[in-house]
Amino acid sequence: MGEAPAPVRALSAAPKIPLALGGLVLAALVLGAPLVATPYLLRILIMTFYGAYLAQSWNLVGGYAGQFSFGHATFFGLGAYATALLFAKGGITPWLGMLVGAILATGAGVFIGFLSFRYGLRGPYFALVTLAFAEVCRIAVTNWRALGGAMGVLIPLRQSLGTLQFSEPAAYYYIIVAMTAGISMLALVLERSRLGISMEAVREDVDAAEALGVDTTRTRLAAMGLSAFCTALAGTFYVQFFSYVDPHLAFGIDVSIAAILPNIIGGTGTVLGPLAGSAILVPLGEWMRAYLGGYRGVHLMVYGAILVVAIVFLPRGLVGAVRRWWGAKRP
Amino acid sequence: MLLLLGQAAVTGLLTGAVYALVAVGLTLIFGVMRVVNFAHGALLMLGMYAAYWFHVLLGVNPYLSLPVTFILLFALGAVIQRGLLQPILAAPQHNQLLLTLGVMLIIENLALFLWSPDFRTLRIGWLEGAIPLGALLLNKPRLIAFAGALVLTAALYLFLTFTELGRAIRATAQDRTGASLVGVNVTRINTLTFGLGAACAGVAGALITPYLYTAPQVGHVFLLYGFVVVVLGGLGSFTGALAGGLLIGIGESLGAALLPGSLKELVVYLIFILVLLFRPTGLFGVPHRG
Repeated sequence: MGEAPAPVRALSAAPKIPLALGGLVLAALVLGAPLVATPYLLRILIMTFYGAYLAQSWNLVGGYAGQFSFGHATFFGLGAYATALLFAKGGITPWLGMLVGAILATGAGVFIGFLSFRYGLRGPYFALVTLAFAEVCRIAVTNWRALGGAMGVLIPLRQSLGTLQFSEPAAYYYIIVAMTAGISMLALVLERSRLGISMEAVREDVDAAEALGVDTTRTRLAAMGLSAFCTALAGTFYVQFFSYVDPHLAFGIDVSIAAILPNIIGGTGTVLGPLAGSAILVPLGEWMRAYLGGYRGVHLMVYGAILVVAIVFLPRGLVGAVRRWWGAKRP
Repeated sequence: MLLLLGQAAVTGLLTGAVYALVAVGLTLIFGVMRVVNFAHGALLMLGMYAAYWFHVLLGVNPYLSLPVTFILLFALGAVIQRGLLQPILAAPQHNQLLLTLGVMLIIENLALFLWSPDFRTLRIGWLEGAIPLGALLLNKPRLIAFAGALVLTAALYLFLTFTELGRAIRATAQDRTGASLVGVNVTRINTLTFGLGAACAGVAGALITPYLYTAPQVGHVFLLYGFVVVVLGGLGSFTGALAGGLLIGIGESLGAALLPGSLKELVVYLIFILVLLFRPTGLFGVPHRG
């Protein structure tokens, strides 16, 4: 592919040692949090990392590859339902259920991607077709009694490592922290890999990438599959943590929005974007629910306002804004 | 059985005209600005509440308050366009889509906050009952909504075809640069278009208020059906939106008569996916522009 011009990574110019120290302190804080946090605070932390993980999963295809999916609920729901149904109806361990769900989701992602990219659906068309697939899943499951129908699936309580159910919330905390760390590492590795660079080329200009010899269809399919696989695992985590799932919670449009929103606030196509976005949105949402919960709808109204403000004033998200500011300060 | 299906088809046709009016607004906005307006359902919902409150608080007949609803929603649409959308029209398309999503969240939850999630219905004496047409029965408020939606759609069509402003809108839809080169104020056309689209949604809402329940999230179904209709007819195609609306209305109604539960919706979305995949330019084949 020849030598691509090196992207501007202003942060890498910063001194390495303070950065490493900062990282160590952050890691100690993250790992030590359950020892000091109140149960309520711990729950917020779990939801924050969960939001970050879900958003990072979307980021793989929506951010890096620029394929704006509006239907990640499809993959999330497949993961959640495969795990829940296999355990509740067949007694099969979620360790296996999560794999089944992730493989189903990968298949669905590649299938939807294959159909869409083959017919050249781009931009708003791709967003609408992914949204429609999620709605089809939601309606189908709602009407399918063997899958629990509109009532959803309740997970029987049986706490052990084999059933991935724990009495200590801290266990869920460490699991979701590990998942978030893992997927962020994956994104970092991806950024420097051939696939990742191909994905960014596709995002910037499909036709130009194709002309340069990038197999754009395969690149996008790989991104879809990878993203769908990771998203399904978020569905599994959700089921294990809440012990319940229904068609709306799994396949509803809210899930797709939750996967997108932190990216928009934080910055799409960056590792830190979804993490920063979730770190702002989730605690803010919990705080508003706690203090403004009496006023119905207020917290979603504020979400809407944040979304509008972010798009108008921070088109590249927080990370993009910080980078630009940093770049301006250091010529 | 035949009578049942005939009745379903007629009811579907009546509802279809409302879907068409919703879709005409969506397609107009997409045609001119290339924006997929997620706030369209929320604007429709505001139209419903406008008709509802005019009736409950001021005792105004919901059909008499239509012009006011039109003006209110037009103004709101124009403000949203000029204040929020216009500054980011050059940004990637999904940013505009997300902006309208944010607007939708704000409007819907403001309605939830102000008016509670209660389902509200209008009871108007002289609208009770149905008009017989042979063996079929035409529900009065549905019939009026059908006629109203068709009249507004026709008026909009005439406006776009025969007036100077209408020509300017069509010119902008075909080629923004070209239009601005021959002296069309594209920003003003954008504002006008979004206002008109919002007004269509609002009037559609006001027209269905007498026979449907009013609630903050009632717009979702209409938004998704609006997308289906618009894609079916071809994004940006006016006549396609009209035909697609009637088609989806009839299809949904027949589906409801033949299939159990909410499977009728499944049929609608499957049609949608098939059309998107195999004829993304829509059944009525308007070629892609830009």
